[in-house]
Amino acid sequence: MTGLQRVVSILRIGMRAILRHKLRSFLTVLGIVIGVGCVITMVAIATGASKAIQSSINSLGSNFIMIFPGAVTQSGARIFTGQSSLTEDDAAAIKAECPSVAYVSAGARTSAQVVAGEENWGTQIQGADVDWPFIRAWNMAEGAFFTEGDVKSAAKVAVLGRTVADALFPQGGSLGQTIRIKNVPFRVVGVLEAKGGSQMGQDQDDVIIAPYTTLLKRLESHSHRLGVILVGAADPSLVPQAMGEIEALLRQRRRLQPGQDNDFMMRSQEEISSIASQSINTFSTLLGSVAAISLLVGGIGIMNIMLVSVTERTREIGIRMAVGAKGRDVLSQFLIEAVVLSLVGGGIGIGAGLLASRIIADSAGWPVEVTPGSIAMAFGTAALIGIFFGFYPARKASKLDPIEALRYE
Amino acid sequence: MPLVDMQKIVKIYASGDVEVRALDAIDLTVHAGEFVAVIGPSGSGKSTLMNILGCLDRPTSGTYRLDGVDVSEMSANQRAEIRNSRLGFVYQNFNLLSRTTALENVELPLIYGQAPLSSRQRRELAREIIHRVGLDGREKHTPAQLSGGQQQRVAIARALITDPPVILADEPTGNLDTRTSREVMEIFERLNDEGKTVIIITHEHDIAAYAKRVVAFRDGKIVQDAPITERRRAQAVQP
Repeated sequence: MTGLQRVVSILRIGMRAILRHKLRSFLTVLGIVIGVGCVITMVAIATGASKAIQSSINSLGSNFIMIFPGAVTQSGARIFTGQSSLTEDDAAAIKAECPSVAYVSAGARTSAQVVAGEENWGTQIQGADVDWPFIRAWNMAEGAFFTEGDVKSAAKVAVLGRTVADALFPQGGSLGQTIRIKNVPFRVVGVLEAKGGSQMGQDQDDVIIAPYTTLLKRLESHSHRLGVILVGAADPSLVPQAMGEIEALLRQRRRLQPGQDNDFMMRSQEEISSIASQSINTFSTLLGSVAAISLLVGGIGIMNIMLVSVTERTREIGIRMAVGAKGRDVLSQFLIEAVVLSLVGGGIGIGAGLLASRIIADSAGWPVEVTPGSIAMAFGTAALIGIFFGFYPARKASKLDPIEALRYE
Repeated sequence: MPLVDMQKIVKIYASGDVEVRALDAIDLTVHAGEFVAVIGPSGSGKSTLMNILGCLDRPTSGTYRLDGVDVSEMSANQRAEIRNSRLGFVYQNFNLLSRTTALENVELPLIYGQAPLSSRQRRELAREIIHRVGLDGREKHTPAQLSGGQQQRVAIARALITDPPVILADEPTGNLDTRTSREVMEIFERLNDEGKTVIIITHEHDIAAYAKRVVAFRDGKIVQDAPITERRRAQAVQP
């Protein structure tokens, strides 16, 4: 027989041996199924997450820094007073004195039920300064962003996110209309471009932007404390330098002594993303270790069953050898059987992995992406496990003495 | 040139400290077309002879030429090739693959053979041989669905499929009743008439009587080697 015919007929023998013990074969490959399923799911989640993080970095702007009020130390106790430590003057000083900073937007936020005519919508209202669109790299779809004059005069003007605009004005034509936020009438001056979900699954378009001055004076009770200051570095590469400058400036303005803690916190976009990716990494690592253990256990299961199979079929091996099967024929027969077993397990595992990825995507709201590479990798891994763990039993079979094997009862 | 040419074949088994001389300097030659019965009590060395004749085992010393080729020093793989192409085996317990059809059992040696046959050619050949042993219509039966006599015919068909010059049978009627034994022996007789060399191992004299030459073993030595006359055969076959 030619090599190909030989392989085909050996494959057929192997398939028949597997089909003869369907339940046993299935239980044997269960470890491989779980292992490969985990690999597929893990890679799908990691790939999806890193793509989402990448795109949210791009959508937020990669030179984006957030400054939050932090805990203050009073009489040796480290407490969060609820009183923000950030002021408008801080924002102005950062803009004036930090050379690596291009844009600064003082900010505050509140949430409210917003009413327009018959419609109403619960959303978040963000106070911002005129630099805000540049920091967030966010363009207008309709109208224009509010002006410096609007900020100075605390004008009652608002810019709507796409989701809010659609909710309050289903017919369109929101520009120039009046909306009521906490019973204060605001005029709609613009609508932002749609941006989609963030990496945490939030709808970024569900927002209203108003001058921060308006927010502080008209919606909050005449406060001068800011909830946040958004900063745009002049260049993405200048982000760390800008953070250093801001920290030095704010410490100086607060007369903090060396050794005293900051009463503010800074986060760059990269840091925010890395927090998100950390939780995904933790999950991936968990899945990865489950995968590795399952594959190992699965491989041992295959070895075990192949050893049983070799013993059970000692006589068959003897018969085959007596009619001319060489050691390598027997070796390849059992090796192919082990590989076919593990590939079948791998195939089922890929199906299970696709299903699990879909379920996780739907229920946890995580973006997942199954790549052809991960499928190929899973299949290759399964085949390697079959070869690795099938080799010892196959070799044992091939070393049998035909006379002893024929005599075996 | 003899088909089987054994010179001073010695086989020693070491079981613990004791050495057992299973074959003690055997000289045996069998020419093409002969029908030889090897008889002897159990433990006389005839099964050891069968294993060496069948290239399943190697002698401790001595030379064994099969069809002019010295096989006594061959490697395991070389002997596998010889078993496949030069020898046909028939066993007492049939040694068929269970849950495998008669047709596939008969085809088995071709899977390991050197001849480039397509699966259709193999199937054709197997059908033809099955027809020769009178098992038409049983091709798709598994051994469990066949009687002992039918299983032995499948085994004979398998031994014949590579058209080897020598057929070796180890107690081929040991598991069969008298009538079936006679049918199976008649197949061997016919094969011999058609020119095949047949070597049968048995401890039953009436089975040995189908052969044309009887080699008697005792304690690893040949104690008698004589042709059977037509008259003695007739007496033995029809009691």
